[in-house]
Amino acid sequence: MAEAAVPATGAARARMPGWISRASAALWPVIVVVAGLVAFWYAACVPMNAKEALTQAERGGAVISPEGAGERRDMSSWALVVGNPGELGAVWSLDRPRLPAPHQVASELWNTSVGMALEGRMWSNRSLFTHAWVTLSATLLGFAIGAGLGVLLAVGIVHNRAMDMSVMPWAIASQTIPILAIAPMIIVVLNSVGVSGLLPKALISAYLSFFPVVVSMVKGLRSPQVAQLDLLHTYSATAGQTFWKLRLPASLPYFFTSLKVAIAASLVGAIIGELPTGAVAGLGARLLAGSYYGQTVQIWSALFAAAILAAALVALIGLVQRVVLRRMGLAP
Amino acid sequence: MNVLPLRMPYLLTAGFLIALSALFDLRLAVVTAVWLALWYLNASVAERGGPLARYVTPVIFGLTLILLWELAVGLFQVPSVILPAPSAIAARFAVSTDILWADFVQTFVKGALSGYAIGGLAAFAVALVADRYDVLRRGLLPVGSFMAALPIVGTAPILVMWFGFDWESKAAVVVAMVFFPILVNTVEGLRAADAMQRDLMHTYAATQGQTLVKLRLPAAMPFIFNGLKISTTLALIGAIVAEFFGSPTVGMGFRISTEVGRLALDMVWAEILVAALAGSAFYGAVALIERWVTFWHPSQR
Repeated sequence: MAEAAVPATGAARARMPGWISRASAALWPVIVVVAGLVAFWYAACVPMNAKEALTQAERGGAVISPEGAGERRDMSSWALVVGNPGELGAVWSLDRPRLPAPHQVASELWNTSVGMALEGRMWSNRSLFTHAWVTLSATLLGFAIGAGLGVLLAVGIVHNRAMDMSVMPWAIASQTIPILAIAPMIIVVLNSVGVSGLLPKALISAYLSFFPVVVSMVKGLRSPQVAQLDLLHTYSATAGQTFWKLRLPASLPYFFTSLKVAIAASLVGAIIGELPTGAVAGLGARLLAGSYYGQTVQIWSALFAAAILAAALVALIGLVQRVVLRRMGLAP
Repeated sequence: MNVLPLRMPYLLTAGFLIALSALFDLRLAVVTAVWLALWYLNASVAERGGPLARYVTPVIFGLTLILLWELAVGLFQVPSVILPAPSAIAARFAVSTDILWADFVQTFVKGALSGYAIGGLAAFAVALVADRYDVLRRGLLPVGSFMAALPIVGTAPILVMWFGFDWESKAAVVVAMVFFPILVNTVEGLRAADAMQRDLMHTYAATQGQTLVKLRLPAAMPFIFNGLKISTTLALIGAIVAEFFGSPTVGMGFRISTEVGRLALDMVWAEILVAALAGSAFYGAVALIERWVTFWHPSQR
């Protein structure tokens, strides 16, 4: 056994199952970087929130070196921090900070999601579950439309020369157009012709998610080698058989990779699609409402909820990808 | 131009489709007939091949779409508050070039371009530092690719709150959006030079800096430009969307949201045309620089 030869210091590591040591080797640089970012965030709260914190401390009776909030308004935050090092305790616990501290965001996130669920108000209007679900349903509908359309278009492009030459350049050009900019117009116009609710948002999501799928699927459907296509030709396979038995299976790894990009884009589309509807419901609406009323903690918690949602969706597709590819013998 | 002989199956299918649409609406039959004729023209050009076909087919396809749009709006008398005709948009574009230019300068030149430059340089600097320290690189790469997949554009309300309504906040949103794609691609690219090439530099007794400038940066350029190209669209999106959260009374995002409110959709489409042209030109410019810088790469030859 190879482990027997390692010196005593390495013995503990050698006894661990391989995947744990591999995972920890990959994980600890990430932990270092994330810890560094959190520390930077806490540090950044000090100058960002110094003015409000000092105002609050002054109201509480403390003596601040230039007296009165008006005096301090035009001073630099750094000068205030240096001048009043003892009175800055409130920078991490303000009500409406310019930059909320990580633990404030985390507790808001917890209180408006799991906390409310524990009280039995999981689907109340203030619960993040409600808003996340509104956004998620538009995301998934748009993703399904976009991915389906993308696959169909890719099949057409691969099988039809005229379509390949005329559609592909426009599909690429369509992505240099900042489509999110049209989002408000699409929503308003569709509302005026009576289409409202889920579908307009889903259409924006679909537009954003179809492109990565088209590009990857065209690449994937063309990935079989000439020898493989020739083999099917010697079997006198029809075009349909070649498609189902060779091209489609060969394109699956490309397909799943593009789905990960597509679902992230789809979520962004759904969030932006919620902005012009007057902030009714959804994570985008939470962002907008938070920015109207200066509720920074709410903005940040909506932002993190969106991030968690995006990460979960991408991870879910990764899981499906691994299971499917393993079943098909395409992955180790 | 010698077109393909009209084949029987195509004619039959076309005739069937036109008859079918005529059952619903005569106007629909006209649109279908025009579409089929132009598609036939396009297919014959594509099948004939030749060096010109690569450029002619997409142009014909684009013109077909615009013609069908114009026809459909005219025949069905679609109200302009829903979908203005291309001719109306072109007319609006022609008479309001000064407003469009002011918006373009505010959003694209001041917001998007400056943010793009700052974000790109910052990402490049961080990537160089990360490249020196292995821990940082192995930590930043997964964190960076995770961040690149997040809805960063959601930070727009926060950054508008911090940096005010003018272009500085738009540039800040653009910085946040372009930073991670460029960072991830640069870090990845700096590892692209293979061991043999590094060994060669080592036998030349090249210093770290010399290896970086003469070998690893040039080798990283295709990756860096990949990030830069992805970021062109993101920059424009960031600058426009940030204006939805507050802006001075000029700018493409401001114009789009106010003109939508006034149902002046021809102006909105003119603004979208500007955005499309600016986006394509920006992408094209970066792609041109790429071709000039990475002339040695297989994909450019």
